Amino acid sequence: MSEFRVVHYINQFFGQVGGEEMAHVPPEYREGKVGPGLALEANFKGEAVIVGTVVCGDSYFNENMDEAKETILAMVEKAKPDLFVAGPAFNAGRYGVACGAMAAYVKEKLGIPVITGMYIENPGADMYKTDIYIISTRNSAAGMRDAAKKMAALALKMLKNEKIGASSEEDYIPQGRRVNLFEKLRGSERAVNMLLQKLQGKPFTTEYPMPDFDRVPPNPPVADISRAKIALVTSGGIVPKGNPDHIESSNASKYGRYDIHGVMNLTSDTYETAHGGYDPSYANADADRVVPLDVLRDFETEGKVGSIYEYFFSTVGNGMAVKSAKAFAEDFSKELIKENVQAVILTST
Amino acid sequence: MKLELGYIPIDNIKFAERSYVEGSTLYVSKEELSEVLMQDENILGLNFAIALPGDNTRITPVKDVIEPRVKVDGKGGMFPGVLSKVDIAGSGRTHVLKGAAVVTTGKIVGFQEGIIDMSGPGAEYTPFSKTCNLVLVITPKEDVVQHEHEYTVRMAGLRAAAYLGELARELEPETIETYEFLPLLESIEKYPDLPRVGYVQMLQSQGLLHDTYVYGVDAKRTLPTLISPTEVMDGAIISGNCVSACDKNPTYVHQNNPIVHDLFKRHGKDLNFCAMIITNENVYLADKIRSSDRTAEICGYLKLDGVIISEEGFGNPDTDLMMNCRKISDKGIKTVVITDEFAGRDGSSQSLADADPSCDALVTGGNANEVITLPRMDKVIGTEAYVGIIAGGWDKNKAEDGTIQVELQAITGATSEVGFGYLSAR
Amino acid sequence: MVKEIERAGIPVVHICTITPISLTVGANRIVPAVAIPYPLGDPALSKAEEKQQRRKIVLKALDALSTEVSEQTVFDME
Repeated sequence: MSEFRVVHYINQFFGQVGGEEMAHVPPEYREGKVGPGLALEANFKGEAVIVGTVVCGDSYFNENMDEAKETILAMVEKAKPDLFVAGPAFNAGRYGVACGAMAAYVKEKLGIPVITGMYIENPGADMYKTDIYIISTRNSAAGMRDAAKKMAALALKMLKNEKIGASSEEDYIPQGRRVNLFEKLRGSERAVNMLLQKLQGKPFTTEYPMPDFDRVPPNPPVADISRAKIALVTSGGIVPKGNPDHIESSNASKYGRYDIHGVMNLTSDTYETAHGGYDPSYANADADRVVPLDVLRDFETEGKVGSIYEYFFSTVGNGMAVKSAKAFAEDFSKELIKENVQAVILTST
Repeated sequence: MKLELGYIPIDNIKFAERSYVEGSTLYVSKEELSEVLMQDENILGLNFAIALPGDNTRITPVKDVIEPRVKVDGKGGMFPGVLSKVDIAGSGRTHVLKGAAVVTTGKIVGFQEGIIDMSGPGAEYTPFSKTCNLVLVITPKEDVVQHEHEYTVRMAGLRAAAYLGELARELEPETIETYEFLPLLESIEKYPDLPRVGYVQMLQSQGLLHDTYVYGVDAKRTLPTLISPTEVMDGAIISGNCVSACDKNPTYVHQNNPIVHDLFKRHGKDLNFCAMIITNENVYLADKIRSSDRTAEICGYLKLDGVIISEEGFGNPDTDLMMNCRKISDKGIKTVVITDEFAGRDGSSQSLADADPSCDALVTGGNANEVITLPRMDKVIGTEAYVGIIAGGWDKNKAEDGTIQVELQAITGATSEVGFGYLSAR
Repeated sequence: MVKEIERAGIPVVHICTITPISLTVGANRIVPAVAIPYPLGDPALSKAEEKQQRRKIVLKALDALSTEVSEQTVFDME
């Protein structure tokens, strides 16, 4: 089997053009490997070869990004590589941005695997980590040996279409997608070890950092609720009996839209729950316990509310991915806006 | 409290005229076992099957898994308060048919129950592909309602495990492990320089197929309490739950709680394992507040230095977990939590329903939404009729060639939150 | 879901039992419910009492929808 072809991107400093005073130089293409390419190629262990190197000044790239990207892309394309590698950029900000931008662009335009490496606090890491694999490196070129080894290892996996492991296995910066892996120690033992580290004041790494939850500012209140059209939405899985849309009992992939025109309450003969996360017997006996249609119909008659929107929306919140929930709500909210619904009552179990 | 666990290794099960153990083979008489189980009038039909590691076999829908054991010395019998008279478990000697398990299956009760594959890709995710399983396929009488059905199946599993365990009474164990849990003051006196570590185990207690029993008491009707870990090792806690089977603890996992085992391993060396607290995960907010308050109060009262908290389930129990973590951390106690994740099929969604900044040391059992393709199996014990409606399945998830796609959450024990498995996520 | 409805510009009230989760997911108007399997009911009550209780919770929700809030607010029952 012939060797894989690799094109490497580096900045003016690693290309031995010069330091900051030469950061303005435009991209140039050189045959073969240059500077850090030696370490990378050594780690390819004969399975891949660096056929060409693009050297570009950091200021030039960042100040002329669109043009630089096109010029470099043409250089890369001409070399017909199987993989594009950039950096590692360590903690050099403009270099990191250039590596990330260029790698993401080559991936998009040429559809070949790409890889780069940088320090986690490099601004390029945050900008491009979800698009491409960025090996997590030390913050200075002293980490070159380690970085080259890890970048080359992951590059070879991509070239050979092997399964890419989780970030902790391959040492790339987490991409915001959780990836399963089998650890060497079982969970309980990992927990005991983590606790001992924490008790001794030693460093430990949580397996799941707490997320930041974003907020939406509250809308102004309904001016006159007695004249408002109100819609009912539930994550409690209330569906017409028999679950006609086959909404899943956990991590539902869809939501239902059900006509309640003329329906005065939800009885055990007509409605049930598809939710798999709680004891369903109470909701099955009387679904008004989850979707309070009966009292809202009374309020409609009594003039406490204007009207009830003639469809209700339902899905199963059990084990539901936040993303799905978001997509469902975005979807049906359009209809609610169009139909002049002024308020929503959302019930959850 | 001192407990000796005597292990008799089992690596095969065969049906026979009478029940006995010879070498490492467990021989089971269907007739004798039927007689024991048919005392339950709610059972209409009963079948037995054997599933061994490596078999081209799938068991589904799985309700519970139980390890066969017998109490040979010390207080109480098997599963006190449930099968035998109420008593305190956890001292004396218990014999274990190590490597054997009773698995219950049969008609579905709710949207519940898991899958155990004995070989193939699914087998890597369930610990019960490595045990020799005697499977009970139970058909209830037609008029049996959901709650009774669950009870019938639960009791049948426990009875079968006790019946098989009895065969080990006179056997000489190959290995004996001894676990001693001292009174708090003695323990502190013995290990004055070691950090005092506790284990807070959260028990599912949300209703049908989500319940757990402590000495026969439904955990939802309990306040958090101290318990000796040897009691837990000796059958004090049994499972009545299996919905989203990936992260519910079958009785087998309670009997072999890995956190208890791994804390004992470091006990007297790196830490002083001096407290275990069990608490619940109820459906009322007031209960969640009350239980987490009480749990934190106990931890504070004992002046623990560190605590491991394990969750059971996901969704609203994530709130119980975060409340426990925050309130215990607020006492100045170092915490580590074990949970699992529901991050969506592509892993890019929020993993937990709740979060708290105090929860900075977390061990995960992996993303339960990940999809796995299970190949067709030559033999199915139970039925595949429900693989589309159990939690983790979806409509028409079985292809014409017999392969089934499910999320890992449908696989029994796949994302264990007591750390019974090796799966994790980043 | 609640956040996307709010984002779409419609005031929304979230009736749920586990209000801490509602706060975490970012609901702005929250009304506490009874229990997870029956947020707006209680099988221990008579049918009439149960409906009366449900009326109270829904009235509270209507009240929440009519109230100006500047931050996440839980509308507890008196």
